[in-house]
Amino acid sequence: MSTKPKIAFYWCASCGGCEESVVDLAEDILMVLDAVDIVLWPVALDFKKKDVEAMPDKSIVATLLNGAIRSSEQEEMARLLRRKSQYLIAYGSCAHTGGIPALANQFSREQIMKYVYEDAPTVANENKTRPVTEFKDNGRTATLPEFRKVVRALDQVVEVDYYIPGCPPTSKLLKEAVLALLSGKLPPKGSVLAPDIALCEQCPRVDSKPQDLSLTEFKRPHQVIIDPDKCLLAQGLACMGPATRGGCEARCITGNMPCTGCFGPTSRIRDHGAKILSYMASTAAGKDDKEIEKILAGIPDPVGTFYRYGLAKCMLRGKVTSHE
Amino acid sequence: MEAKANVQQTGNGKFEPRIVAFFCNWCTYTAADLAGVSRMKYAPNVRIIRLMCSGRLDPQFVMDAFAKGADGVLIGGCHPGDCHYVEGNYKTLRRMDLLKRMLKDLGIEEDRVRLEWISASEGDRVKFVVNDIVEKVRALGPLNMPGKFKDWDREIEELNGKVHAQDNEEATAHVH
Repeated sequence: MSTKPKIAFYWCASCGGCEESVVDLAEDILMVLDAVDIVLWPVALDFKKKDVEAMPDKSIVATLLNGAIRSSEQEEMARLLRRKSQYLIAYGSCAHTGGIPALANQFSREQIMKYVYEDAPTVANENKTRPVTEFKDNGRTATLPEFRKVVRALDQVVEVDYYIPGCPPTSKLLKEAVLALLSGKLPPKGSVLAPDIALCEQCPRVDSKPQDLSLTEFKRPHQVIIDPDKCLLAQGLACMGPATRGGCEARCITGNMPCTGCFGPTSRIRDHGAKILSYMASTAAGKDDKEIEKILAGIPDPVGTFYRYGLAKCMLRGKVTSHE
Repeated sequence: MEAKANVQQTGNGKFEPRIVAFFCNWCTYTAADLAGVSRMKYAPNVRIIRLMCSGRLDPQFVMDAFAKGADGVLIGGCHPGDCHYVEGNYKTLRRMDLLKRMLKDLGIEEDRVRLEWISASEGDRVKFVVNDIVEKVRALGPLNMPGKFKDWDREIEELNGKVHAQDNEEATAHVH
């Protein structure tokens, strides 16, 4: 049996982009494979849950888990991997702050089920059949995991040691995290393994950011031809850079698109969406209700804009009337 | 019900709204002081937090107040043009416009959040506004976010309980 440190990758409510970012290590993945044994990676290798169950507790050095937690199955796997791992790392926006799946916290379980199994235009389901957690047929029982009331970030279910942010994280951050794990040079528990500064500080366009913005209009990316050299906020685009953690290599900015906030907040912020809202609203010009309302109407969906990747970690965790 | 324990009640079991008020030092807080000195009576349901300027009100404070059990949040600042720091209350006005819209989308009723301009001489206005928000929030009933969070998380406690029960069984099996 190999004595290399054991690493596991697992996915929950996610799109697969985080898995892609592991593959994006390219040649560096060979370096990783030289140094560690991958003991679980459902997207690429064939391992079963029972294989993990058979491992002694804490025998995996680190599990990198991506995806939010929505079903009882995901929750069970998160608990199992927590038990088997020395370090549990929330990998990517969904595990870190809820990600895109957490936007579902704006709707009740009933609204989601009704839309997906009855109302969606592409659905043909005359009997209005819905999934059930247990079904008996010919003396056999089939079971499905339970669909939970709310979407949770990983640390709302089990203890998490580190976070690697991003949708998806950069290969650079992953590589640095693996090297830190192998060398044992780890920051304090609970750290986000990315620089603790706002994206603006690393932004290639920061020099064109005016001191006082006084925006008279908010525009959405499809409504304007974006100047590739000028600060996006100065162009009236709701860029989340001022309140979002850097370390992403300003990928969106380089692609001429505003930051949407996937790296989450810096450590000084407690509620990412509320903080961006604070910044964005105060950059508006206007001194009376009507004028201000007109300018801020350019942000038609504040929850979807400011909590695009972080609704699970919003202090209110989503629409408060939806989960009775 | 455990969740009910978070809701403030009087001796007779009636719901008493808990309102967190953020008043600016120069106008509304002074007005509240004036109301007190003038022995005006108003509902005792507000907990006033003094800020140097309403512009110091970070929207995170409002979210935190609701998340920790407030039924309503009242913000008081100087009238437009009267801000001690010239522009602070305009920033508040802009933030509150967007925050109110976002809170509505998050399911918080509009009457639970209120922004008022009250100058240092308007003690009677403090009395009116406080009484008014207390009655409006009373009519809405408790928000009780801590209770709601507990209710939502009951579903994950169940599985946690089961996993621990399994652990205990295994531990017992090893002993035998």
